[in-house]
Amino acid sequence: MRIDLSEEQALFQETVRRFVETETPVSRVREIGENPDGFDHDWWRQAAELGWTSLLVPEDLGGGSISGDGVADLAIVAEEVGRGVAPGPLLPVNVVAASVARSGSTDQQTEILPGLLDGRLIGAWCYHEPSGGWWPEDVGLEAELVDGGFRLEGTKQAVEGAVQAHYLLVTARVDGALTQFLVPADSEGIRIVPQQSLDLVRRFGEVHFDGVDVGPDCLLGQVGGAIDDVRYQFHIALLLQAAEMAGASGRVFEFTLEYSFDRFSFGRPLASYQALKHRFADMKLWLETGYATTDQAAIGVSRGDDAARLASVAKSYVGDRSVEIIQDCVQMHGGIGVTWEHDIHLYLRRAAVDRELFGSPEDHLGYLGSIVDAEGV
Amino acid sequence: MASSSDLKAYREQVREWMSEHMPRTDPEHPWDPIHGDDDRALRNRELQQLLHSGGFAGICYPKEYGGQGLSIEYQQIFDDESASYDMPMLFSVPTLSIVGPTILEFGTEEQKKRYIPAYIRGDELWVQFLSEPSGGSDMAGALTRADRDGDVFVVNGSKIWSTYAYRSDFGLALVRTNWDVPKHRGLTMLIIPIHHPGVEVQQIRMVDGTVEFCQEFFDDALVPVANVVGEIDDGWTVATRLLFHERAAVGGASPYTSGQYRHGGEETQNVLRGLVHAAGRSEDPIARRRLGRAEVLRVVQRQLIERVRTGLATGYFPGPAGALPRLFAGMAGVERANLAFEIDAERAVVWNESERGGQHGIAYIRRQASCLGGGSTEMARNIISERILRMPREYAADRDTAFSDVRRSRNV
Repeated sequence: MRIDLSEEQALFQETVRRFVETETPVSRVREIGENPDGFDHDWWRQAAELGWTSLLVPEDLGGGSISGDGVADLAIVAEEVGRGVAPGPLLPVNVVAASVARSGSTDQQTEILPGLLDGRLIGAWCYHEPSGGWWPEDVGLEAELVDGGFRLEGTKQAVEGAVQAHYLLVTARVDGALTQFLVPADSEGIRIVPQQSLDLVRRFGEVHFDGVDVGPDCLLGQVGGAIDDVRYQFHIALLLQAAEMAGASGRVFEFTLEYSFDRFSFGRPLASYQALKHRFADMKLWLETGYATTDQAAIGVSRGDDAARLASVAKSYVGDRSVEIIQDCVQMHGGIGVTWEHDIHLYLRRAAVDRELFGSPEDHLGYLGSIVDAEGV
Repeated sequence: MASSSDLKAYREQVREWMSEHMPRTDPEHPWDPIHGDDDRALRNRELQQLLHSGGFAGICYPKEYGGQGLSIEYQQIFDDESASYDMPMLFSVPTLSIVGPTILEFGTEEQKKRYIPAYIRGDELWVQFLSEPSGGSDMAGALTRADRDGDVFVVNGSKIWSTYAYRSDFGLALVRTNWDVPKHRGLTMLIIPIHHPGVEVQQIRMVDGTVEFCQEFFDDALVPVANVVGEIDDGWTVATRLLFHERAAVGGASPYTSGQYRHGGEETQNVLRGLVHAAGRSEDPIARRRLGRAEVLRVVQRQLIERVRTGLATGYFPGPAGALPRLFAGMAGVERANLAFEIDAERAVVWNESERGGQHGIAYIRRQASCLGGGSTEMARNIISERILRMPREYAADRDTAFSDVRRSRNV
């Protein structure tokens, strides 16, 4: 949560918050979870109209930011989505749109991008593999050169929006070099198996590429030239997760603090017990530190300045602390906090999923350690 | 407002002068807490005098009191440029940044003329006499008494946790002058000369072997009434501002600190990396994660300080928000000590006499100091919960009671 938002950004934040609160109030999230897609497509088109899908895309390609810094603006959306545990394929659609805008062919930019931006089309990013980690070097899916085209062979996991997607952004290797493809989801040989997840409204799938033949028109960028795009996609994903977790834990902290004033035991409000006050103080510290590091990650990713370090620091810190804040807030609520009826588990589910995907806090500590180690040589 | 060309010229001027006159810090030989350095205070005087001779002492102090009369932008430039030099940090905090602004704000004209130029020149060093053996957190519960006798106060009692008091000249002391009113209303801020009849300073040996901290004993020390800063019995007003200046100094927002404020993260990173390399554990995933954890602490601590500074300026945070970085620093200090102790393993606890071993063991033994010095982390948590989150205040048995009727520890 930026504390130096411009007037436009503050207004945008307000608009997004009101949209989330009216269209997908937390009280309705369980109901929305009954929808096999996890979201309503008409609602997604409305969200797209508000700018949820187009902030990372330049104006001349149909996108546009609020403040001139689309990454910062998108982080605002992610934080509000976290605050309201709102549905919608925010992360995958933005990642796909950003890379189509950065490296797509004219055909991809004129025929696919507009649909992603106005919410008619859903894109999903096929990145993580069953055997590997979450960093670009862990990608192993092979794209073999066959008759002037490519044949994709391999499996991707935990692909958000896979079942709902019209297009799949596939991160692969051609002769060992990182290459990306934008493939219609109904291409022959693609088999998508829905996966279950902790989150009630986020949908994931396992995508099998069983010898999928695609033409060169499906290349996104150059053969072997995808590393910069993949890194950017990865950093955007980390930032959106951090912002979402910060927003979710921030909202839970707010209503738990309120609860501590309203709930009495032994004739005193919970808020008057020092043992609990000190825990709220710790949570407040973690929360503000989480906002601070998320904001700085947004700046780093936007400017491409120290982005890898700042994104990993934010993911590691917020991934670790946000779930602990929410868990401690469960404790503050007592038994009601672990019931299906209370909303708090919706936030915990969201934060827990964000925490693990695209590298757990521990994975990012290892990565940061290797950066630090290399700096000393 | 200073023009950018003025500032640019100033930067050049600082850079040139510093490289010619100031000694650089030696990264190969950082200060060694085991063996201590009794000459540090003496050396600080020399360094401050050197800065003064170059016209770089008291940059934001008014000219009439011996300062340079420049705006904070100049001080920030100086701080940037002085990063790799050995700086008189003992003068920076508390003399220049905490005691100084308090005297500037509440002192009489005579006091300002007498004391401010002397410390800017590096001739006199100050400490704060706030904490007492009876308790550090409850500062307004001071028991040191000052009884008026004509033009002097007769001071009796004891203060504690002043750094290098034995090498300093004056203490700014919070003393009790009225016992018949509630605790906040009977205090007075008094300038007490240290090398003075009736004042005895004892050095305290800490767990790491250092003897910088002191305890002072006052036995019928006679202090002129002219040494009162602010009003008699209104010392709490002065103390409140003093604490404000302390938060600004420690939080990095004071115009009067000089030299770069370091929170310890950068240094720890180099040390840990060195340890991992020395142990041949660069490829060990556990060692890597520990290095990564230290990096997270280093980066987010800086980011938090920046956020609080911005938030205080924009009004997002109330004044007491300085307690947030203070709490972070305490917890991060503990974790850093743990990380180094873990990585150094048995070398932290047993080493050959010929080696420079044991630092990380000693740092581990001293670990909780980071949660105590400058106000305990428990007090920071009270401040955050009560004054930022507005949770109900703790019950205080001494509110609205004449201080002489307040119950105290058995042994005092």
